[in-house]
Amino acid sequence: MASSAPTETAAPVETPPGQQHQARSLGLRVLRVFLYQREVTPILITVGLFVYFSIRAGSTFTDSLSLSSAAGYAGPIGAIAVGQVLLLVLAEIDLSAGQVFLFTPWVEYWLHNLGVPLGLSIALALLVACGVGAVNGLITVRLNVPSFVTTLAMNFILFGLVLIYSNQTQATPIPLSSSGGFWSHLMGAWQWSEILWVLAITIVMTVVLNRTRFGVRIVATGGNPVGAAEAGVPTRRVKVWCFVLCSFLSGLVGIVDAVKYGSLDPGNFGVDYILYAVGACVIGGTALTGGRGTVVGAFIGAILIGILEDGLTLIGVSTNDFYVWVGVVIIFAMALNVQFDRLIARSRAA
Amino acid sequence: MSSAAEPTPAVPTPGDPVLEVRGVTKRFGALVVLRGIDLVLREGEVLGLVGDNGAGKSTLVKILSGFHQQDGGDVLVAGEPVRFNSVQHARTHGIETVYQDLALIPQLPVYLNLFLGHEITRVGALRFLDKREMRKLARQYLDEIHVRVPSVEAEAVQLSGGQRQAIAVARAVRAAPKILLLDEPLAAMGARESRLIIDLVKDLASSGRVSIIVIDHNYAHLFELCDRINVMQGGRIVRDQPVHETSLEDLTQLMITSYRQQIDDVASAGA
Repeated sequence: MASSAPTETAAPVETPPGQQHQARSLGLRVLRVFLYQREVTPILITVGLFVYFSIRAGSTFTDSLSLSSAAGYAGPIGAIAVGQVLLLVLAEIDLSAGQVFLFTPWVEYWLHNLGVPLGLSIALALLVACGVGAVNGLITVRLNVPSFVTTLAMNFILFGLVLIYSNQTQATPIPLSSSGGFWSHLMGAWQWSEILWVLAITIVMTVVLNRTRFGVRIVATGGNPVGAAEAGVPTRRVKVWCFVLCSFLSGLVGIVDAVKYGSLDPGNFGVDYILYAVGACVIGGTALTGGRGTVVGAFIGAILIGILEDGLTLIGVSTNDFYVWVGVVIIFAMALNVQFDRLIARSRAA
Repeated sequence: MSSAAEPTPAVPTPGDPVLEVRGVTKRFGALVVLRGIDLVLREGEVLGLVGDNGAGKSTLVKILSGFHQQDGGDVLVAGEPVRFNSVQHARTHGIETVYQDLALIPQLPVYLNLFLGHEITRVGALRFLDKREMRKLARQYLDEIHVRVPSVEAEAVQLSGGQRQAIAVARAVRAAPKILLLDEPLAAMGARESRLIIDLVKDLASSGRVSIIVIDHNYAHLFELCDRINVMQGGRIVRDQPVHETSLEDLTQLMITSYRQQIDDVASAGA
C-alpha cells in the first residue's frame, strides 16, 4: 500500500503576509477540492468533451437519438463500474462482473422458458448472480486466491455455461422487451431507463459508501486490512458482501440491458465490458491501491466513455481512434489519481 | 475500575496484581524464546520492559495480547488463570495492545479511526453513521485525555507519526481496558513526538484507570514513564526493580555486560 511508505515530517507551512497569503490560500482551497472531490476532474473533462462535440457536430450530437446512444454505451459500463468501485476500494477486483451482467439475463430467460413466472425468474436469476458473487468472495477470502484470479476463472466458467446451455443460438424475444406498458418501460424498453437505473444505483451506493457503517468498514478493510481487523472489523465478511453486491448490481442492470436490446447473444464476452468498467473507475478518480474510491466518479467515468464513443463516431472519426483516446484518458487519470493520493499524504492537516 | 490507586508521587504504593505471569515458556520450532517468565503488573502501575533484540519482549507481549499462545506456564488476570486464543479474547479480559506498526486506517478521518469497530449509528437496518455525534465525542474525548490533533476530520495519513500513535493509544484506551500493552510506542519518533506520547501515557497512568506495560529501548524515556523496570535477557527476566532504586548507569552497565556475554557466547560457540 502506497501510504505505508515512510512519510517525511513536513516542515510547518510558513504563512506569507498579505495578498500573497490570500492568493495562496485560494489556490490551496481549489487544490483541496480537486484532491478530495475526485469527481471534479472527470466532470470537467466530460463537460469539455460535451461542449467540443456540440460545437463540432451540432445538433446531430445533442439530439436525443445521439444522446441516448451515448447513454447506451455508458449504461452497462456504469452499472459494472459502480459495483466494481467497492472492490477497488478493498484493493480487490471482480473480472467476472461483465460476464455476470451477460449471464444473469440468460438465467432469467431459461427459467422463464421452463415455465417459471417472470417475476420469480427475475428474482431467482438475481439470486444466482448473488451466489456467483458469494462464491467469488468466499474463494478469495477463504482459500486466499487473489480475486484477480478467482474472478478471471469465474468469467470463463460463466461464459462457457452460456455457450453450453444456449446451444450457441441467440435468445429472442426477451420477456418484457416488446410487451409495452409500465413494467416493460421500467425494465429497459424505454431508451433512458437503463441509464436511470444506473444513476439510481450510483446514488444509493454513494450513500452506502459514505454514510453507513458498512461503507466505513469497506474503506478500513481496503486501507489497512490488519489494522481494521485488529479494531474488530470483520474484514472477510465485508469483502464477501462486496463481491455479492457487485455481482447483484451487474446482474440487475444486465437484465435491464437484455430487455432493452430484446435479444441475448451467447458470443458476447464479459471481459469486453469489465475492462471499460475498470477504466471508468480509474477515470472517475479511483486508484487501484485500496482505501479510496468514488462511486459517483465511476458513473462519471462511464458517461465520459459513452460521450467519447458517441461523439467520435458522429464527427466521423474512425472507431479505432476511440480506443486510442480511451487509453490516453485512462493513463492520464491514473497518473492524476496517484499524484493526488501522494499530495494528500504529504499535506499535513492544518 | 473504581478501585483505582490514588495518583502517587515518587514511591508508588503497590496495589493488587492485575496481571501475573508464572513460568511462561514459548518456543518457535527449535528456537526457545521464553524460558520461564515470571512477572507481576500491579494496579495503576507502569511497568517498563527492556532487553536486547531477541530477548523475548515482543513475544511476551504478543502472548499477553492473545496474538501468540504460550507453550507452558500460566497467565493470570485479576487472579484468574486465562489462556487467550485470539486478540479479541484478550480484549474481553480488558487487555488492549498498541503495536509498533500503526493500526490506524490512513484514509479515514481521526474521528472514524477512534470509533472504528464501535461506530455510532442511527437506528435502522442500514446503520447510517452519526458522524456529527462521533465528531463531537471524539473532540471531547481527545480534549479529556489531552491529545491534540489539528482536526478530528483530518485523515490519519495527514497526521505526524506522534499524532497517529497518540490516536492509536487513545483508541485503545477508549475501550476502557484494565491493562494496556504498548509495544515500542516511541519507535522511530522525534523528540517532540515522543514527548506527546510520554505525556499521554503518564497522564493515563496518573488517572489510575489503567495499568500499563511499556516496551522501549530508550532508558531515559522508561525512567520517566515507569514505576518499575524489568530487564529481559535470553528469554528470562533477570532484574525487577522499582525505578527509584535503579539508576540509568546500572541499567546501561547491565545491558553492556549482557551484550558482551552474548558476543562471548557466540564466539565460544563458533570456536
